[in-house]
Amino acid sequence: MSGQSRAVPSLRRRLVWQLATLSLLLVLALVTGVRYAAETASRASQDAVLGAAVNALADALRTSDQGLELDLPPAVFSMLGAMGEERLFYSVAINGTVISGYDGLPAPPRPPGQLVSLFWRAAWSGADLTWAATARRLLVDGRLADVVVTLGQTRHGQTAIARETALRAAWVGAGLLLAVIATGLLFTRSALEPIDRLAAAIARRGPHDLHPLHQASAPRELQPFVQALNGFIARLRSSLRMTETFVVEAAHRVRTPLALVQTEAELTLAETEDPALRKRLRRMIRAIGESSRSASQILDHAAVRSRAERFSPSSLDLAALARDGLRAMAPLAELREIDLDAPDLPASCKIRGDARLIEMALRNLLDNALKYSAPEGRVTLRLKAGGRMARLSVLDEGRGLPDDPEMLTGRFVRGANSADVVGSGLGLTIVAEVAAAHGGDFALTPREEKGTCATLSLPLG
Amino acid sequence: MRFLLVEDNVELARAVVSRLALEGHGVDHVGTLSEAGDYLRSAHYDLILLDISMPDGDGRTFLARIRADGRDTPVIMMTAHASTGDRVATLDNGADDYVTKPVDFAELLARCRAVLRRHAGAADSRRRFAGFVFDPLAATISVAEEVRPLRARELRLLEILLNRPGQVCSKAQLIDRLFSYDEEVGDNAIEVYIARLRRKLEGSGARLETLRGLGYRLIPE
Repeated sequence: MSGQSRAVPSLRRRLVWQLATLSLLLVLALVTGVRYAAETASRASQDAVLGAAVNALADALRTSDQGLELDLPPAVFSMLGAMGEERLFYSVAINGTVISGYDGLPAPPRPPGQLVSLFWRAAWSGADLTWAATARRLLVDGRLADVVVTLGQTRHGQTAIARETALRAAWVGAGLLLAVIATGLLFTRSALEPIDRLAAAIARRGPHDLHPLHQASAPRELQPFVQALNGFIARLRSSLRMTETFVVEAAHRVRTPLALVQTEAELTLAETEDPALRKRLRRMIRAIGESSRSASQILDHAAVRSRAERFSPSSLDLAALARDGLRAMAPLAELREIDLDAPDLPASCKIRGDARLIEMALRNLLDNALKYSAPEGRVTLRLKAGGRMARLSVLDEGRGLPDDPEMLTGRFVRGANSADVVGSGLGLTIVAEVAAAHGGDFALTPREEKGTCATLSLPLG
Repeated sequence: MRFLLVEDNVELARAVVSRLALEGHGVDHVGTLSEAGDYLRSAHYDLILLDISMPDGDGRTFLARIRADGRDTPVIMMTAHASTGDRVATLDNGADDYVTKPVDFAELLARCRAVLRRHAGAADSRRRFAGFVFDPLAATISVAEEVRPLRARELRLLEILLNRPGQVCSKAQLIDRLFSYDEEVGDNAIEVYIARLRRKLEGSGARLETLRGLGYRLIPE
């Protein structure tokens, strides 16, 4: 199972992962973009300042008798100082010969023009710098000469600004990512909720509930699934019904010949005086009776199942049903000389239920009590309403319960202490299923002195 | 007692007739409702066993018709299980009781007895023998002014013996008719009830006689 669940990851996790991956890519793009934009912006401003500075330097060049004079204007340095703690390098060269400043500064990629400053980037003295150069054509020593002013500035500030901006963008991105994952979790939960609802609706069902699912209440994407499920339920139902029909038919076919065999055996018994033969015949009749009773209970059980499936309760008087049940069983009680009575039966007790089902349950309860009572014993029926339940108890003075009474409501299960009594093991199953169909309860408890108390609880109407 | 059995399944009918004959009842069997109508018009019956689904109609309709004619003969309905209707509804239609087919004979006989006893309440069902009066409905015998209650099996035993006064009933016969086949019964079980009934009959002018090796009989002293 665990291998399978690893092979099929959860839809929700998959959706959230996809959403998160997409957001991560977007955040990375955002950070990169912001960083690029910040660099471009700070480069443009550095270029502007450097351009202005290099032009101011070039404009400060004077030709005099002594040659070329450079009157460094203080405004230039205050302008450059505004860029932060940067180092500056400059050179003035006439026709390629440096006459002032640092020698050997990186050469411009192409000769700068007079009007347009040239900018480039190059490393020097172990740092990454932005360079600007401009040219002037001046009369030096009576000759026209090309003077090139080169100014370089380190880019610490610029890089720092770009890094800072990118870092902020990254924080914002991380926040966004978290928000996306959180909302993604919420959204997927609400999007997947119909699946959970569907699962809960199926899980809530009783063991015999084979109604189709309500298709209209499922979202469009789940409709094919619900449809397929309903198709499956329909097939299951028809196959179950076929089995049940078969069982009913089979039980029915078995019962009639059994009854005939039983009569023949009883007639033979009546004509026989030989004690040994009579003993055998009685044993035979008992076994036939057992088979016949089993077949009847299989039919009862099938009837209970099919009525419970189409459960349609109406208002009933449980006290009247109990009285009727007592009257119906009285001849059988008399047959075994058992006192069957119901002291303090209330005049009426309204419940909502299915009269046929309750009648079958009551018949099986009383039949069971009579069967397990010793002759001349007493079976008592009690009916009490308490809380929201009507409690119908059948008390006998029989042999009591085996150690684990719960198992007695299972199909074809009989107590370990019942080998000598005729029975199929379906009687209490029928009672338990009737209780379940009504949303009630069936319990077997031992009585204080001896015997068993079987209680069927049904919701009051 | 004379019974009318209305049942279209010949084998089942034969079985019911034989079984009831064992109890000493005379049974006429008919296979259709129209025949049943003819029989009812020409003879008196103490009890009708009526199958619900007959080839020429519904037993319940037939029952409603004979009740409308003013006939109050007790009726026990027999139904096939699959067509079992509401028990209450069947009883409301005028039936006295109800068994499902194929019948459990011990149950059928017990129900017949109960219905007959109930029904006899209208007429005087009390019987006099020797010096006591037996009232099966009240389950008592009265000796002089003294009323003595009977338990179910004592009553049944007395009924059997009173139906054949002076004749011998074997132990086996009594066991077969007194106990259901579900019960494990020893041959001595009957003696307990004989002894009890004897006590109840003390001073009644009747004697429950044991004929060794043959059985029992009830005779006036």
